[in-house]
Amino acid sequence: MQLTSSSIGRKILMAITGQAMVLFVVVHLLGNSSIFGWLNGGINAYAEHLHSLPLPIIIGVRLILLAIVCVHIWFGIQLTIENRGGRPQQYAVKSTQKATFASENMIWTGSLLAIFIVYHLLQFTFQVINPETAALKNLVPLHSEMVPNVQGMVVAAFKNFFVSFIYVGAMVTLFLHLSHGIQSFFQTMGWSNDKSQPLIIRLGTLVALGLFLGYVTIPLTIFAGILKG
Amino acid sequence: MILDGKCPTGPIEQTWDKHRFDLKLVNPANKRKYNVIVVGTGLAGGAAAASLGELGYNVQAFCYQDSPRRAHSIAAQGGINAAKNYPNDGDSIYRLFYDTIKGGDFRAREADVWRLAQVSNNIIDQCVAQGVPFARDYAGYLDNRSFGGAQVSRTFFARGQTGQQLLLGAYSALSRQIKLGTVKMYDRREMLDLVVVDGVARGITVRNLITGEMESYAADAVCLATGGYVNVFYLSTNAMGCSVTANWKAHKKGAFFANPCYTQIHPTCIPQAGDYQSKLTLMSESLRNDGRCWVPKNKADLNKHPNEIPEEDRDYYLERKYPSFGNLAPRDIASRAAKEQCDDGRGVGPGGRGVYLDFSSAIKRVGADTIKERYGNLFEMYEKITDEDAYKRPMRMYPAPHYSMGGLWVDYNLMSNIPGLFVLGEANFSVHGANRLGASALMQGLADGYFVIPYTIGGYLATVKPGQVKTDHAEFKKSTEDVKAEQNKYLSINGKKTVFEFMRELGGLMWENCGMARTKESLELNLKKIPELREEFWKNVKVTGSGSELNQQLENAGRTADFLEFSELMCRDALHRNESCGGHFRSEYQDEGEAQRDDVNFCYVGAWEYKGDNKTPELHKEPLKFDNVHLAVRSYK
Amino acid sequence: MSDHKTMTLTLIVWRQKNANDPGKFETYTAKNITEHHSFLEMLDCVNEDLIHAGKDPIVFDHDCREGICGMCSQVINGAPHGGQERTTVCQLHMRKFKDGDTIYIEPWRARAFPIVCDLIVDRSALDKIIQAGGYTSCHTGGVADGNAILIPKTVADESMDAAECIGCGACVAGCPNGAAMLFTGAKVSQLALLPQGKGEAVSRVKNMTEAMTACGFGNCTNHYECMAACPKGINVKFIARMNREFLKAQFA
Repeated sequence: MQLTSSSIGRKILMAITGQAMVLFVVVHLLGNSSIFGWLNGGINAYAEHLHSLPLPIIIGVRLILLAIVCVHIWFGIQLTIENRGGRPQQYAVKSTQKATFASENMIWTGSLLAIFIVYHLLQFTFQVINPETAALKNLVPLHSEMVPNVQGMVVAAFKNFFVSFIYVGAMVTLFLHLSHGIQSFFQTMGWSNDKSQPLIIRLGTLVALGLFLGYVTIPLTIFAGILKG
Repeated sequence: MILDGKCPTGPIEQTWDKHRFDLKLVNPANKRKYNVIVVGTGLAGGAAAASLGELGYNVQAFCYQDSPRRAHSIAAQGGINAAKNYPNDGDSIYRLFYDTIKGGDFRAREADVWRLAQVSNNIIDQCVAQGVPFARDYAGYLDNRSFGGAQVSRTFFARGQTGQQLLLGAYSALSRQIKLGTVKMYDRREMLDLVVVDGVARGITVRNLITGEMESYAADAVCLATGGYVNVFYLSTNAMGCSVTANWKAHKKGAFFANPCYTQIHPTCIPQAGDYQSKLTLMSESLRNDGRCWVPKNKADLNKHPNEIPEEDRDYYLERKYPSFGNLAPRDIASRAAKEQCDDGRGVGPGGRGVYLDFSSAIKRVGADTIKERYGNLFEMYEKITDEDAYKRPMRMYPAPHYSMGGLWVDYNLMSNIPGLFVLGEANFSVHGANRLGASALMQGLADGYFVIPYTIGGYLATVKPGQVKTDHAEFKKSTEDVKAEQNKYLSINGKKTVFEFMRELGGLMWENCGMARTKESLELNLKKIPELREEFWKNVKVTGSGSELNQQLENAGRTADFLEFSELMCRDALHRNESCGGHFRSEYQDEGEAQRDDVNFCYVGAWEYKGDNKTPELHKEPLKFDNVHLAVRSYK
Repeated sequence: MSDHKTMTLTLIVWRQKNANDPGKFETYTAKNITEHHSFLEMLDCVNEDLIHAGKDPIVFDHDCREGICGMCSQVINGAPHGGQERTTVCQLHMRKFKDGDTIYIEPWRARAFPIVCDLIVDRSALDKIIQAGGYTSCHTGGVADGNAILIPKTVADESMDAAECIGCGACVAGCPNGAAMLFTGAKVSQLALLPQGKGEAVSRVKNMTEAMTACGFGNCTNHYECMAACPKGINVKFIARMNREFLKAQFA
């Protein structure tokens, strides 16, 4: 199968898995933003709604996400190693015309994001980093039911400077990764031409910026004491 | 000796068809037993190697560049002629034939030119099928333009890169055959000798330019498609690697050299800026469609900014001298007119060697945007080289050597007087006579490669047994030894002057005394000075490094040594031809600046036979007969 | 117009005897250079001095010196062909430099382009990519009339945009991954756009991209350095088109 073995095939897999994760990140942000109260019951209601979905769906979605992440990481590492060999000896003078810091450091921003995702899962999904504030152990009432206190857990976490710092840092990394990744998707899929490409590059950066701003608002407002548990 | 071109007889329209039928055929099953060598991979060589490989012959192709795609055919800008008559403006095979004979100043063979005109249409079809993106109109039909003063629009083009696109078409066909295994490609090889066994061409000796090793290749036929020799002028529009070497080595092995004095000087090139200059850049002839050539009337104005010189003080010399053709006068005429103005002390720019090509009235008429659309890439190129903006001030132009009509003598089958040695494209002398028309070089190269040699080589090979001589033959060994000895000689002299210095000096002599205009005195002067320079070369040239490695000086030393011999033949040919015709202008033979042909005494092809080092070559004549186009004075007044 | 100011420049040039030599930088001085010298003519002058001094001149590839043959190949201060827009080294002029400048001159560097000597590299990998399918399989003779297939101007023009590639390899030299996507994409697109090339479009894109990998070129990561390096200004839209052709081919 040329899709998994060839140069362009693997790039296409990178692009599709990457774009799937962008979609996830968008949905995830919309869900998280419920912490600001636009949903009746806030983020606790949103979390409860997700958890009340049938188990096979939850597991299925998680497995698919895991598979996407694995494919993206696997080929990302493989292609990067190959590409490092593409020019074994560097030029004495480095001069770049079009490449950006983001495009040149995808492997590093990607690696940082992978580490961050593990940390993030441990903190808010498996809730093992600060067991005392774990949502699963601190139930609060919601519409006559007792549900895990996600809001409390998140607020407690982001009150800590270091946690907020890590999250903001991770979102800067995400911005860099996506500012190259989103436009790259369209180029790799062959959905751009000379007229649309400059637009796609700008839009991609804009989307990445929007995601960055959306995500950092949560730790920043909490740390600043604007959003309270 | 009176040479016989072996042209078919009878009505001209039927000559090629009749001849094709008369040619013997090689059985398809036997074709792979025949080895064919093709030297050079430009339009002629690339097309020939691809077509012969496709027919089933075992082809070995050679080029000195790192890839067959880089041959200098790639630099042709303007276009390629064909008698398609798509614009319905009265073109026909006969008219293309007629124009080519007349344009060549009646010094080409009728039958060869007819064939060229006839197959010109097939070339366009072939290139389209290959995916050459010729210019098209909005409906999708092929676009044509008029070129080089032709009265009909018969030129097909791909922007300003027609040569490149046609060459890449031939290269792609060649690549396909290389992949299929019918052609074996040897790049970075320079042919340094032709191996002749018992009077028959049997192979070549080449130098591997990377390792310096000598390599021998044997074949049943050798095709030279090695281009022209105008680098004999040192500064020309040719690529740096273009040389006479392959042709000259074949000449020294017995092949006759025909009409070496016919060289074409292209009127619109960017003038030389300094002594260090290595090459001249051509600007497409199409510029003359909108540009007006002028020089100041008064020498006092020479140092003024051209825009400050008032209209009445400008001499639009082409419009003045040739009212009906004006700025579109043919190449040789436009070139000589520019030289006359400069010789008169009214040339502009460094060294007084330049004329203005002015677009201001065209810009006023159609607007700068239209001019940009038509010539934008040329204006950009001009600015890159000269740092001058041609939209704001006139371009400076000067003629430069561009193409050689002369070449190795071939018969109608493109075979030289050495059996088994075929010569294609610019390397042979055949169709352009004394002057080539614009957009006809590409046509000839591809005609020879795609549609002539595939037939005529079969006619020869059908008469010989394949594989008679192998590379272990004593002649191959001797050839290798001779070439090696020559190489060692360059390396051992260890004199004081570099190869470039000699080449620059030779080029100066040739341009001054055997260039756009020649006289008996200037040619005789050269015949005295060239042997002196050659002698000095063999005593005082300095080539560093060794022969067993990549050594560009050594390559150039060989090419220069051959130019030092060839240039003498060129002057000798120019001296013997006591007439002016086409690209050969003898100042003594003119009628107020117009070339004066002598059909009574010189209506023949002059083919020279090599007689040994420092011996006078012998002239053989092939009389030219004109049964279809009547000999007439070529007037553009 | 021709002033007589001259420049003196320091050149730091990659010297490497042959493929097995590790190679190193050597420093030279270029004297009496005018602004009208082309970059290669400046090197010619340096070489003449070297030869007179009995030393081996700097070896570099060049031929037409008018920007079309694709032979010249030098990385100047980190930029293939010197970084001037739409310009090959041979068309680069010294007026782009100032007196006293230090200039680094290196060969193309890519795994698929082994160095042959000094500034000369072996680019036969590009030929191999074309041999894998960069053609239409038409036979000499026996083709239809040129006007039998109609190709609207817009299509012919776009095909020509791709066909302008001179095969110099600057795209590979400029690519941090040493990828040949722009080169391959241009040829695939040129032929995919034209009706003549459509018949073999599927096998062409598969075979050419496979050859690309087999020759040791890296993969595309959309830096677009290739486009910046290309002396003919070939657009990366042709890479996108090749990607599309590749995807289509997977389902054909």
